[in-house]
Amino acid sequence: MEKIQIISIGLSLIFLLFVIRLIISGKLREEYSIVWIISTTILVVFSFWRKGLDVVSHIMGIYSPPNLVFTVAIFMIFIYLLHLSLIVSKLQSQNKQMGQEFALLKQKLEKNKDE
Amino acid sequence: MKIAVIVPAYNEENAIASVVSDINNYAKSTALKITVIVVNDCSTDNTKNIIATLHCIALNLPINLGIGGAVQTGYKYAYENNFDYAIQIDGDGQHPASEISKLVDAAVHEGYDVVIGSRFIAKEGFQSSAIRRFGIQYFKWLNRFLVNITIHDCTSGYRLINRKVLKIVNNYYPDEYPEPESIIVYSLNHLKIKEVPVIMKERQGGVSSIGTFSSFYYMLKVTLAILFTFMRIKFKKGN
Repeated sequence: MEKIQIISIGLSLIFLLFVIRLIISGKLREEYSIVWIISTTILVVFSFWRKGLDVVSHIMGIYSPPNLVFTVAIFMIFIYLLHLSLIVSKLQSQNKQMGQEFALLKQKLEKNKDE
Repeated sequence: MKIAVIVPAYNEENAIASVVSDINNYAKSTALKITVIVVNDCSTDNTKNIIATLHCIALNLPINLGIGGAVQTGYKYAYENNFDYAIQIDGDGQHPASEISKLVDAAVHEGYDVVIGSRFIAKEGFQSSAIRRFGIQYFKWLNRFLVNITIHDCTSGYRLINRKVLKIVNNYYPDEYPEPESIIVYSLNHLKIKEVPVIMKERQGGVSSIGTFSSFYYMLKVTLAILFTFMRIKFKKGN
């Protein structure tokens, strides 16, 4: 086993444990953690299976294995960013409705107090 | 016939008191049953305390929603409390209350659903700056291109809607810069829209919701919003 392989296995496992700890402590919601668990699992798998990268890129017809890593990683990041933008948009619209309801209710409450 | 006058206010401590009393004085001078609703869009100045002392319904938003969200809050209030008409008047004193009758006449006697007060028909009063006028021209062209309706002053916030429209805006009203986009929403819902000439003044206090440097962003954002709203309503109705 080479030095770089030990480092990558160690780092991926630490990252995976960190994600799991965040979920257990309730800081990260499960639905947003799926992507993180999958991607760290992939990292762990390829850290152990060193030939794997060459095999997969050969199957996909990619000349240089590192290109596979970059292409897949960037693609995944784009998808995940879009996913996050969706969540932010949803939160913003829910927040707006909440604020409006709040203002209307507060007015009603104060009117009742006056009567 | 109950009329709600909705005044969105964001940091308008200098102008808001005179705007509200202007409307109330106007209401007293006519037979119209007018209720003033001030929507305080989480102002950071003294607006909240000032409107509490005024003769109006005060709606204080806990978070800053922008002009569209603030106006929609007023529309929701008007809808829930069974108002027949809602008029929007900006909180900075640009819109004199004396013009309200022109809007109400067009809605009550001529049966229009949406009446927009325009400064460009009679070309009287404050006409806005050159760059603003260019933007307004552009949106006029865009609206005409998409829904074949010509509104000369499509960014005007001085407008009246009836109960039929209140039901629609209760569910959906554009967020940030709602004026040009809402015209698309109205015309795709087959509402009768009319523009009447009104006289506007220069703002009496506060700053515009559109800063000088964000003009470009405004144009881009509103253009996208108009195009996507157009597509959404078109596809949903399947016509």
